[in-house]
Amino acid sequence: MTKDDGEMADEQKKKKPCRFWIWALSSVLFRLILISFSGNLNLSSRPEVSTPLTSIRRLAEGYWLKQASMSPYAGSMYHGSPLLLSLLGPLTVQRIKGQPSHLFCSLVFVIADILSALLLRGIGHKLQMAYGLNARLLGLLKSPRDKEGILPCGDIAALVYLWNPFTIVCCVGLSTSPIENLAVILALNGAVTRRVPLAAFGLVMATHLSLYPAILTIPVIFLLGYGLDAPPLKLFLQTRNVESENRSTSSASKQAKSKPIAKLPFLWKTVLHFVFWVLVWSLCVMVLCSLSLSKHGGLEEMFKRTYGFILSIEDLSPNIGVFWYFFAEVFDFFRNFFLIVFHVNILFMLLPLAIRLKHRPCFLAFIYLAISSLLKSYPSVGDSALYLSLWALFVNELADMKFSFFLFCGYLGVSLLSPVMHNLWIWRGTGNANFYFGNAIGYTCFQIVFVVESVSAMLNHDRALKKCNSNHQKIESTKPSEGKLHHT
Amino acid sequence: MARLVLTRWIPLLILQSFLLAVALGSSRVVVEEEFTEALLLKPLPDRKVLAHFHFENQAPPSNSHGRHHHLFPKAISQLVQKFRVKEMELSFTQGRWNHEHWGGFDPLSSTNAKPVGVELWAVFDVPHAQVDASWKNLTHALSGLFCASINFLESSSSYASPTWGFGTNSDKLRYGSLPREAVCTENLTPWLKLLPCRDKDGISALMNRPSVYRGFYHSQRLRLSMVDSGEERLGSGMLLEQSLTVVLQPDTVSVEKQLQPSWSLSSLFGRKVVGKCVLAKSSNVYLQVEGLAHPETQTLWTNAEFELSIKPDRTLRELSCFLFVFDIDKSSDSEPFDLGLAWKLPSKWSCQQAPLHASRFLMGSGNERGAIAILLKATESHDKLYGRDLSNGRCTIKTNIFQIFPWYVKVYYHTLQIFVDQQQNTSSEVLKKINVSPSTDKMSSGMMEMMLELPCEVKSAAISIEYDKGFLHIDEYPPDANQGFDIPSALISFPDHHASLGFEEELSALPLLSKFKEESLVRSYTEVLLVPLTTPDFSMPYNVITITCTVFALYFGSLLNALRRRIGEEERFLKSKAGKKTGGLKQLLSRFTAKIRGRPVESPSLESPAAQSSVLSRKLLFKIILVAVAAAAWQYFSTK
Repeated sequence: MTKDDGEMADEQKKKKPCRFWIWALSSVLFRLILISFSGNLNLSSRPEVSTPLTSIRRLAEGYWLKQASMSPYAGSMYHGSPLLLSLLGPLTVQRIKGQPSHLFCSLVFVIADILSALLLRGIGHKLQMAYGLNARLLGLLKSPRDKEGILPCGDIAALVYLWNPFTIVCCVGLSTSPIENLAVILALNGAVTRRVPLAAFGLVMATHLSLYPAILTIPVIFLLGYGLDAPPLKLFLQTRNVESENRSTSSASKQAKSKPIAKLPFLWKTVLHFVFWVLVWSLCVMVLCSLSLSKHGGLEEMFKRTYGFILSIEDLSPNIGVFWYFFAEVFDFFRNFFLIVFHVNILFMLLPLAIRLKHRPCFLAFIYLAISSLLKSYPSVGDSALYLSLWALFVNELADMKFSFFLFCGYLGVSLLSPVMHNLWIWRGTGNANFYFGNAIGYTCFQIVFVVESVSAMLNHDRALKKCNSNHQKIESTKPSEGKLHHT
Repeated sequence: MARLVLTRWIPLLILQSFLLAVALGSSRVVVEEEFTEALLLKPLPDRKVLAHFHFENQAPPSNSHGRHHHLFPKAISQLVQKFRVKEMELSFTQGRWNHEHWGGFDPLSSTNAKPVGVELWAVFDVPHAQVDASWKNLTHALSGLFCASINFLESSSSYASPTWGFGTNSDKLRYGSLPREAVCTENLTPWLKLLPCRDKDGISALMNRPSVYRGFYHSQRLRLSMVDSGEERLGSGMLLEQSLTVVLQPDTVSVEKQLQPSWSLSSLFGRKVVGKCVLAKSSNVYLQVEGLAHPETQTLWTNAEFELSIKPDRTLRELSCFLFVFDIDKSSDSEPFDLGLAWKLPSKWSCQQAPLHASRFLMGSGNERGAIAILLKATESHDKLYGRDLSNGRCTIKTNIFQIFPWYVKVYYHTLQIFVDQQQNTSSEVLKKINVSPSTDKMSSGMMEMMLELPCEVKSAAISIEYDKGFLHIDEYPPDANQGFDIPSALISFPDHHASLGFEEELSALPLLSKFKEESLVRSYTEVLLVPLTTPDFSMPYNVITITCTVFALYFGSLLNALRRRIGEEERFLKSKAGKKTGGLKQLLSRFTAKIRGRPVESPSLESPAAQSSVLSRKLLFKIILVAVAAAAWQYFSTK
C-alpha cells in the first residue's frame, strides 16, 4: 500500500468503522433481545430454520441418549457430528431458573455469528484491496480519488450477515447452522489470508459438519494456488502486450508473445502444504470422533448416520427445499435413480464453473455454496444467509446485476408466505401439502435466478473490464503501466 | 400309534382303556389329555353381566415328535413343535375394559382385560439369533389359523422385545399389538374349532354370535404354556387355555330404575345349556356375586336381595364375594340348564380397584408435534390395599409402564417429565429404572419401560413426553390415511400387587378356581391413541416429479448457457470480421476449427485445408471408435 492509500484509508476509517461497529453491536443487542423472547417466538421448531441435521432438539436428544450410555445415533433423531454433541450437548442441559431454556446455546450461536461476521470482514478487506490494486494495474483508476468509488465490501458483507433476517432467525431459532457457516467462512478466510492450516481446519470442520462444503476444496486450492480474485489473466497480458509493443520492435514482440502467455504461476508448494494440513486435521477429527463413539458403533456408524442420512434423504419432513416432497411422492422404484441424479447435479456444475471462473476463486466459492444450498437434501435459511452475505462481498463487481429488485421481492415474498402456507397445511388443515411445496418451488426458482444472474453478471463484469481496457488502451496506449501481477 | 388313530372314532371308554393299556405297557408316567370347561357369570355394578368362558386343554409331556392327540388341537401342537414356542398369548378384543366398574384388582380383570385389537406375545425356546425369525413365522402361522392380519406384526417396526416392563422377564420375548384389527366371527370360528366339542355341545353352545358381539366388551384369548414335567427325557406338556370374556347388557326392562336387571342364560345368550361336552372332564358354571349386604349362610341362593332359579350345588365364600357352583351334568335336552338371577332389592356395590387408575391422552394441536401424557390417579380403594413396600421406611407403590411407539411418532426422550401431585418432580426421585430403545425410521419401533416408585399418599401422577410426527412416503399410508394412526396401548402394571381369589373350601381342584387362586400381576391397559398424521397430496406424484425436474432442468440449462455465452459472442465477432475481410467459407471454417483447437486465430493460413480436413476426419473416426467401444463395453457388462 502506498502512502496515498494509507491516508485515504485513514480518512475512511474515521467515519466508516465507527458506523460499522455501531451497527454490529446493535445487531448483537437485537439478537439478545430476541433470545429473551425466544420462548414465545418458537422459532426452533420452524421447518425453515431447523432441519433434521441442524435442530437443537435432536441434538439434545442425542446428548440424552449418549448420557444414558446409548449411541447418540440410536434411533433416527440425531444426525450431526459427535464433536458438536460434546461441545453443545452439556449446554442443552444447563438451565437457569427464569431464563429461556437453551440460553447458553443461544449465546454460543451469537458468538459464532459475530466471529463469522468479523472473518467475513477480513475477507472483504482483502478483496477490496485486491480490487483496487487490479483496477489500478489495468489502468482503470486514474487518480486516488477514484478509489472512493470502491465500496467497502468487507463491512457491507459483515453487516449483511449480521442483519440478514435469515441469520438472525437461525441464531435465535437455535439451529446449528451458524456453526456450520462459521466453519465455511473460517476456511475461506484462511485461504484468503493465506493461513494454510486455518483454511484446512475450516474446510475439514465444515465438511465434517455438513458434507457439502467438501466441494469448496476447489476454490480454496485456487485461492492458495493462484491468489485472490482478479480479472482474467488475458487482460493483464493484453495490457502488457500493448506496453511491450509500444516499447520494442515487432521482432521482439513476437518473442514476447510466445513467452509470457503460458499460465499464471500455480503455487504447488502452498497447495501441497494445504493438502498436508487437510490430512492432519481430518485425521484429528477422525480420531476424536472414534474416541467419542468408541463404545457405540465407531466411525462406520457415524458415517452411516450422518453422511448416509444426508445422501439417502430418509427424513421426509417438510423444509424449504423441494426434495422432501419429491421423495415422499416419487415411486419407490425410481428413488435411487433420482437420488443419484440430484446429487450428481451438484457435481456436474463444479467443473464448468471452475473452468470459467478460476480467476475468481472467492466468487467460485460463493457460487458453489449457493448451488449446494439449492440442491441440498435438507436446506434451511441458514444456508441462504451464508451465500447472501458472501454475495455482498462482490458488490463492486456485481453492481450491474439484473433482476436484483425482483429477487429481493421474491426472497421477501417467499419468506413471508412460507410460514403462512405451513400454518395452513400443518396447523389449520385448511391447505394441503401443495401449498407449501409451491412455496418451496418458488424459493428454488428464485435461487436459480439468483445464481444464474450472479454468474452472468460476473462474466459481464469481466467482459466490460475487457472492453473498457481495450478502449482505454486504444486511447492511451502510450502511457506505461505496471505489468507485474499483484500476487507474485 | 397308528392304531390309536384308527381308534379315534371308537367310543371314549374303549379309547381310554386302550390308552391305559398302552400307558401301562410302556410303564411311563403319562397323564391323560384333559379338557375342562367352565363358565363364570358375574353381575356388574353398572347393570351389566360378565360372562367368562374358560376352556382348558392339557396334553401330557411327550418326547416323541409327531405324536397324535385325541383332544389337544393338532394345529397348536404343531406350532409348538415347529417354532419351539415356550409361552404364548394371543387375544382378540373389541371394546374397552371399564376398570372403574368392572374391577381392576381381581384375577379376572388382570388376565382378561386386554387392549383393543390383537395382542400377541410369545417366548421362544430357540437361540437368540433365531428368535426374530421364529416370531415372523409364528405370526404368519397364527394369521392363517385365526383369519386375522396378525402377519402385520412380522415387520420389525411393529413389535418390540420388552426386557422387564412387561412382567415376564425373558430376553426371548417378543410383543406386538395391532390396535386397528377388527374382531368378528371369522376370528371366533377358528378359535372354536380348537375345542373338542366346538360350539355344538356343552358350555360353548351358548356362544350365539349375535348376542356375543352385541356386548360392550368382548375378548377372546388363547394362552399356550409349557408345563414342565420335571423329568428330562419326557420333555414338557402343553397347556392350552382358551377364554372368552363378554360383558353383556341384559335387555329385561326393570320396573324400578334402582333395581339391578334380572337375567337368565337364555335371555343373555338366547340359548340354554343342554348337557356337557362329553369329552370334558369337568363342566361347571359359576356365579360370582359381590357385596352382599346380609349374608345368610343357610339359604344364600334365595335371600332378601336376589333369587337364583336353580339351587347351586355348592356355595363358596371369599372375603368379599360368594361363589355359587353348578354342575351341568344333570341337564339334558328335556331339562336344559338355564340359570337365572332375579333381583328383589336394589343393591349397590363396587369392585375392587387397582391402586392407580391409568389413562393416557394426547396433548397439543396441529400435525407437527405433540405430547403423550399418562395420568395415574389414585383410586378410592387405594387406602385399603395391602402389598405396600415398607422396607425403607416409606410406603411406596411400584408402577411399571411399558409403552411401544411406532416409528412415525418420533419421541424425544429427553423431554420426559414426571409430575407428582401436579408438582414437577426431578425424575430421579420417583423414576427408579428406565429402559429406552429409540425407534429407527421405517426400521423398528421405539419402546419405553419405566419403573416408578410413587409415594402411597399420592393423589395423581402424570408423565408427559413430547414427540414429532413423522412424514411418510406416499405408499406407506393406509387406504384411509386421514383417519389417523393408532399408538398401541401402554401397559401399566403393579409388580408389588398381586390379585388372587382364595376360597376357603377345599375345592381348588376345579380348573377355573385353581386359576383364580394363582397370584396374578395386577395390570391395566390404557386407551389406544389416535394420532392424525399429515398427508401429502395423493394425486400429485406425476405433477411433483415433472415440476421438480423442470425446475432443475431450468437451473442446469440456464447456468450452462450463462457460462458458455462468451463463445457465442466471439463467434459472432469472428463471423462479422470474416465477413468483412474475405467472406470465404473455407477461411471461416478453418478459423472456427482453429478456435476449437485452441490455436491462435491469427495463424490459420499456415495449415492447408487438406490437413484440416484430414484432422477433422481423424477426429470423426476417433469419435466413432469411442462410441463403438462404449457400446461394446455396455453390451459386455449388461450381458455379464
